[in-house]
Amino acid sequence: MARRGWFEGAVELLIRLCGLSAILFVFGIFFLVLGEGHDFLLHRLDFVEFFTSIEWRPTDTVKPTYGALALISGTAAVGIVAMGIAVPFSLGCAVFVSEFCAPRTREVLKVIIELLAAIPSVVWGFIGLTLTNSLIIKLTGEPVGLCALNAGVILALMSVPIIVSIAEDALKAVPDGYREAAEALGATKWQVVYKVLFPAARHGLLAAVLLGVGRVVGETMAVLMASGHSIRMPFDGQFPYVHPLSPVRTLTATIAAELGETPVGSDHYQALFVIGLLLFVITFAINLAADLIVKGIRAE
Amino acid sequence: MMAMFGETPLARKKLATQRRMKYLFGAMAASMVIPLLLIVGYLVVQAWPVLDWEFISQMPRKNLKEGGILSAILGTFYMVGISLAFSAPIGILAAVYLNEYARDNWFTRIVNLGVVNLAGVPSIVHALFGVGAIVFITGEPCILAASLTLGIMTMPVIIAATKQALAAVPMAFREACWNVGASRWQTLRTIVLPNSLSGILTGVILEVSRAAGETAPILFTGAVFYRKQLPHSIFDQSMALSYQLFSVATQAGQIPEERQFGTAVVLLALVLFMNGASISLRVYFRARKKW
Repeated sequence: MARRGWFEGAVELLIRLCGLSAILFVFGIFFLVLGEGHDFLLHRLDFVEFFTSIEWRPTDTVKPTYGALALISGTAAVGIVAMGIAVPFSLGCAVFVSEFCAPRTREVLKVIIELLAAIPSVVWGFIGLTLTNSLIIKLTGEPVGLCALNAGVILALMSVPIIVSIAEDALKAVPDGYREAAEALGATKWQVVYKVLFPAARHGLLAAVLLGVGRVVGETMAVLMASGHSIRMPFDGQFPYVHPLSPVRTLTATIAAELGETPVGSDHYQALFVIGLLLFVITFAINLAADLIVKGIRAE
Repeated sequence: MMAMFGETPLARKKLATQRRMKYLFGAMAASMVIPLLLIVGYLVVQAWPVLDWEFISQMPRKNLKEGGILSAILGTFYMVGISLAFSAPIGILAAVYLNEYARDNWFTRIVNLGVVNLAGVPSIVHALFGVGAIVFITGEPCILAASLTLGIMTMPVIIAATKQALAAVPMAFREACWNVGASRWQTLRTIVLPNSLSGILTGVILEVSRAAGETAPILFTGAVFYRKQLPHSIFDQSMALSYQLFSVATQAGQIPEERQFGTAVVLLALVLFMNGASISLRVYFRARKKW
């Protein structure tokens, strides 16, 4: 008996330690990225320049500048295009899967969506370089098809599976009584969806969209390969304000493209870690918000 | 059902709207099928000239311009295998903790939040973490560093799958076991884990497929473009399928196009095969489930 007690104690301790690991890794990531970039972040980074200047010239030998506005705008432009396509499609798809289709079709569609989610981001990037690139050249007549639109389309396809699966969960979580009550009053299926399900599931749907945004902001390889990779503002004051055919560069792509060529510990190297920190904070906030919203629903 | 009330103009209009919306949503759902087929078809057609046994069974020659891609395939297997050996035990035990041991208090909520956020950390931030953490391993990029980065990145997949599998075991099973005097660990070992093994297995396979496709985390931590020999130990660098696809696709005009497509097809086939296996296992086990 005593031996078993000792053994079980050890096992329980091991299980508890592993349970802590997720937190340790998240903290580890945050503090390591902060640690690598903190010297530059605290002492030499000009925050005003970082957030308002579009001059990202970290390799300039005379006066390097670290303005990330164009990179932030690049991420925003790609995100706007991606969400503009993905949100209506995913919500429509989620409604169809959860409300309109037969169980068999539902199973097939869910498998297809799962397989779509499985395609690695580097393969998506390759599709962007080849297939959508030539499609955009053909359709618009631009000389090069690597632009915010290309990356946006690719990212839309990548984020649809996430949004669909969470939105479908949110719709399923609405009690059947709501549907039955509405149908008993003579509402059609569409009226049930539009007048009952959307309002009842709005928090879950919002969380689904937020997680899609998180994916879009953090995606690296696909964006690196498909966005054209030139530091340019995709926004200006003229209609239509966002220019999807302009090649852009995102925060994530900048790190992936430049980290390999910077000396460890240099200002440029540290600046890339500061961008990483910004990305960490943005995605952390988005995930936290989505998580709180989902928890809020469950508590109700 | 509406016919009961007669075909009033309003009822007709409502039903027409419902039909239109159903078709619209159906078309949206169907349009998710098209890209999958289009992408797979396009890649396979473009890669067809190089796809043969030699392509996947030969070592590369002349900076990847000739020969096969065996070393990249093996490199991916090494990295995925080591990352799995690291992340599967920790991930499974973490899920056991969260589902079986943790009480519902603020601490557990923070741990859960940690898992959610670990899944949301961008892959390139994991890469930065890997680069920063390399000094603690060898100081040089190597397979071990790349695998550990991959392992941390894909761990949430296995935690989520295991948690779901454990939660699917009915509470009554545990209670029955406790009632005959078994301890928590005995219950876990003899009742809970055997009954959730299938779910855990599908999670592990899913993690393998995720890890095989990831590129950003291994960019700076252990993947190389070309190496004549296979790696000798986990402290060597290695080629990898995903990194190879990225580098051949972005080196303009160096590598023949069909060889780029060939690499993409092999990577995609590997990942989709693993995913398909995970899905079919899940369907199979669900059909056999007795409760």
